[in-house]
Amino acid sequence: MENVYSIFQYSFIQKAFVAGSFVALLSSILGLFLVLRRLSLIGDGLAHASFGAIALGLFLGIYPFYISIPLVIVASLIILKLSEKARLYGDAAIGVVSSISIAIGIILTSISKGFNADLFSYLFGNILVIGDDEVLLSIILSLTVLLVIYLFYYDLFSITFNEELAKISGIKTKAINTLLVVLTAVTVVLSIRMVGIMLASAFLVLPAVTALQISKSFKSALLFSVISGVFSVIIGIIVSFIFNLPTGATIVLANFVLFILSFFLKNR
Amino acid sequence: MGEIIDVINLSFDYAANEILRTVSFSINHGDYVGLTGYNGSGKTTLIKLILGLLKPSSGKILIFGKNILDFNDWKKIGYLPQNTSTSNYLLPATVEEIVSLGLLSTKKFPRIITGNDKNKIIGILNDLQIADLKNKMIDQLSGGQQQRVFLARALINEPELLILDEPTSALDTNSRHIFFSYLKKINQEKKVTIVMVTHDTGQIGKYASKLLYLEKELMFYGSLYDFCQSEEMGKKLGSKSQHLICHQH
Repeated sequence: MENVYSIFQYSFIQKAFVAGSFVALLSSILGLFLVLRRLSLIGDGLAHASFGAIALGLFLGIYPFYISIPLVIVASLIILKLSEKARLYGDAAIGVVSSISIAIGIILTSISKGFNADLFSYLFGNILVIGDDEVLLSIILSLTVLLVIYLFYYDLFSITFNEELAKISGIKTKAINTLLVVLTAVTVVLSIRMVGIMLASAFLVLPAVTALQISKSFKSALLFSVISGVFSVIIGIIVSFIFNLPTGATIVLANFVLFILSFFLKNR
Repeated sequence: MGEIIDVINLSFDYAANEILRTVSFSINHGDYVGLTGYNGSGKTTLIKLILGLLKPSSGKILIFGKNILDFNDWKKIGYLPQNTSTSNYLLPATVEEIVSLGLLSTKKFPRIITGNDKNKIIGILNDLQIADLKNKMIDQLSGGQQQRVFLARALINEPELLILDEPTSALDTNSRHIFFSYLKKINQEKKVTIVMVTHDTGQIGKYASKLLYLEKELMFYGSLYDFCQSEEMGKKLGSKSQHLICHQH
């Protein structure tokens, strides 16, 4: 037990708790809107898009976090435009953008041959090695995104419920859809450092589906989603430290356990 | 009184199919119009055009004197869509949360629901006799209760124009009575202009003061009395169909 308490004294654990909780808070809220709008796959697609962006950053010698944010935002806007203008559904647009980004990433990796180890760390993430500047950036971006969500809460809620009714309530639905995917792009990049490209979308999807099992209103769904997301980060970090497991994967499994519990609670 | 809706030479094509052909009519303040026609006659398309959800292939629509494509005074319009099940029922929303969405057309950025708004919500739920459902989740309600919740959402701003698309499909007899009585009341007492799409021809004559009969083009638009007297409509629809609409009147 002493061992459990002692982990809170390590500064890298404290940073992991802080950055992880902020990103989980953000992902859990956005994820609820995405899941309800049947856009769950966009998190996966944008995480794959960030693979290409990170490879480009490493190739050019630019810190990948800085290059990923604008490039993944562009990828999110391309997905949106393709699904609006081209003759294809949203999931196909996600497939197009993510596969092209991965292809670019693989080609850049092949050409350079020097940064495979770095790229590997982004594939699986490691919340325990994030630096002070990354913690600060995570907090600033999370707070900014949270403020935007607060200001557009009812607009987002309205298009989630029924886009046609939102339109004739005077809501600029295209602009709100754009806002949603841009916020998702930023969130995905933030979560990659925590859980990696492979598991980034789990931060968005799992807390939301957990909340949907047990909530009795939209506001309570948001609350349960946040509790589930943040609790999973804390439990995941502690369990991974004690049992020497990969932290990102342990956080995702903690999320999954909460989903199973809420599922049985609902069907009790 | 002035015209609320002015449809001028409106045509709409979709994927090379002609859905509406040069439709023109005007709806005045306080009218209660029953919009009817067979399945696929373009009723719902016409409503979506009137609401600016679709763009006309040709012609134009004026709402409160303004082209619908430039219209932004949405608080004047209440809308109850045809199939409320197309709304997101995985969404765990309460009745209060759903009805609050109707208030957004009165709000400017940032849209926030206030304590006064909550009182308004309780008021409209009381009017529609569903105040006891305020904290219930929408997916736990019967079809009739859900329809009244959507009507509450449409009416919360006291709109001048209320558009309803097939509102009675999910209603049982009791809900139907409460529903139509309330519409009649707001039409007569508050002079709310009502446009109701229906294929329920046996009922439409009970409520509407005017009938708009659509079959890609406008077949008839006028008072129910004129419709029932029209030999031409009798020939076009068959006397049985005409009688079905008129015997309730």
